Amino acid sequence: MSDIAHHIPEPILAAYAASSLPRVFEVVVATHISMCDSCRGALAAHEALGGTVLEGLAEAPVSDTLLAGVMDRLDHAQPDAAPAPKREGIYPGPVMAALKSRPPRWKSLGFGVKQAILEAGDDGSLRLLHIPPGRAVPDHGHNGLELTLVLQGSFSDETGAFGVGDLEVADGDLEHTPTAGEEAPCICLAATDAPLRFQSFVPRLLQPLFKI
Amino acid sequence: MVITIDPPAAQIAPCLPAAGALVRDERPTVAPKDELSEQTQQMLAVRDRRDKRAFAALFDYYAPRLKGFVMRGGMDAAQAEEVVQEVMLTLWRKADQFDPERAQVSGWIYQITRNRQIDTVRRTARPMPEELREPEGHDPDPGQMLALEQETEELRGALARLKPDQREMIERAYLGELTHQEINTQTGVPLGTIKSRIRLGLERLRHELKELREP
Repeated sequence: MSDIAHHIPEPILAAYAASSLPRVFEVVVATHISMCDSCRGALAAHEALGGTVLEGLAEAPVSDTLLAGVMDRLDHAQPDAAPAPKREGIYPGPVMAALKSRPPRWKSLGFGVKQAILEAGDDGSLRLLHIPPGRAVPDHGHNGLELTLVLQGSFSDETGAFGVGDLEVADGDLEHTPTAGEEAPCICLAATDAPLRFQSFVPRLLQPLFKI
Repeated sequence: MVITIDPPAAQIAPCLPAAGALVRDERPTVAPKDELSEQTQQMLAVRDRRDKRAFAALFDYYAPRLKGFVMRGGMDAAQAEEVVQEVMLTLWRKADQFDPERAQVSGWIYQITRNRQIDTVRRTARPMPEELREPEGHDPDPGQMLALEQETEELRGALARLKPDQREMIERAYLGELTHQEINTQTGVPLGTIKSRIRLGLERLRHELKELREP
């Protein structure tokens, strides 16, 4: 747990606190924080700053009846309907929530690489990637932001080495070839706000098919 | 109950400049606190004794601020009051989750409000980190609570000392009006100015969380 070396950059953490981050990135941030006390503390600091902003804004007087209305409802306040999903194996609570508490439905991408798409929509896509030991994911670049969080094993690319809990932040400029470590299959949670661009011809043909 | 300031806060206390002194550096400018704020005490009364009078006092303090906050996001007055109601009810319902060693009431309300707004817009639950709960029988640490209040006070001071346009940018960031790229490029300066405050808070919290995991 304490070996995490690659954390959430402050602007992304601030955007998460302010809920101005697309949902697919929120899942990755929430998952990293579930694994990382340092970022949990940093998030609390951002929320404290948000609270300070909230306290300092101009007040808007509320209607006279609002308090009475709330007081009347205190005794009938309902507890939360469903408790948040819990961690199962290598999948922390926020991943289990995105999986709707079901096991991932893996689909082959060829060469032993598998993916399970958790969400795909206009504001981006969220998927799990399964890369066999020592295998490389095809060279790809990005149109937008990509966050990749290691849940099992490790990978390394042109920018460094990433182990369990480490988060890689790739922006539009990075073209990289992540290669899984030899010790175990590497399982990652990855979110992008734009489709990936593959360099070689065949994966580009497959791209629409596999929604990557 | 004797409440003492824990060592880190006590160590910085002797070099405090006079309260209200105009300084633009990173030194703390707020006198050390020796008791918890009214809001924290009221929230503890709600949590531990389900004290409705304390809840009404919290409502009086936060409801107009909350309404102002939500209306800045473009909501009309009626909708905003709807949100204020829901947030205050959540405060009552989830009071057992309030932990003054890890969050101030204002930061907690900020979080509840942002979650509430997102859930309403998306009609689906916002992705949240796993909860970290204190183990049963955990003794509250008044020193930690006071240190956190102190930190928040410093943060407020640091925010107040920013130039108006910088403060405006911070407000916009935490109101959710900026994307993470805009936070990166536009708020670079002010975020840098308050970074040491965030870092201090973070160090304390990290220490606290470590103890929580390794009792």
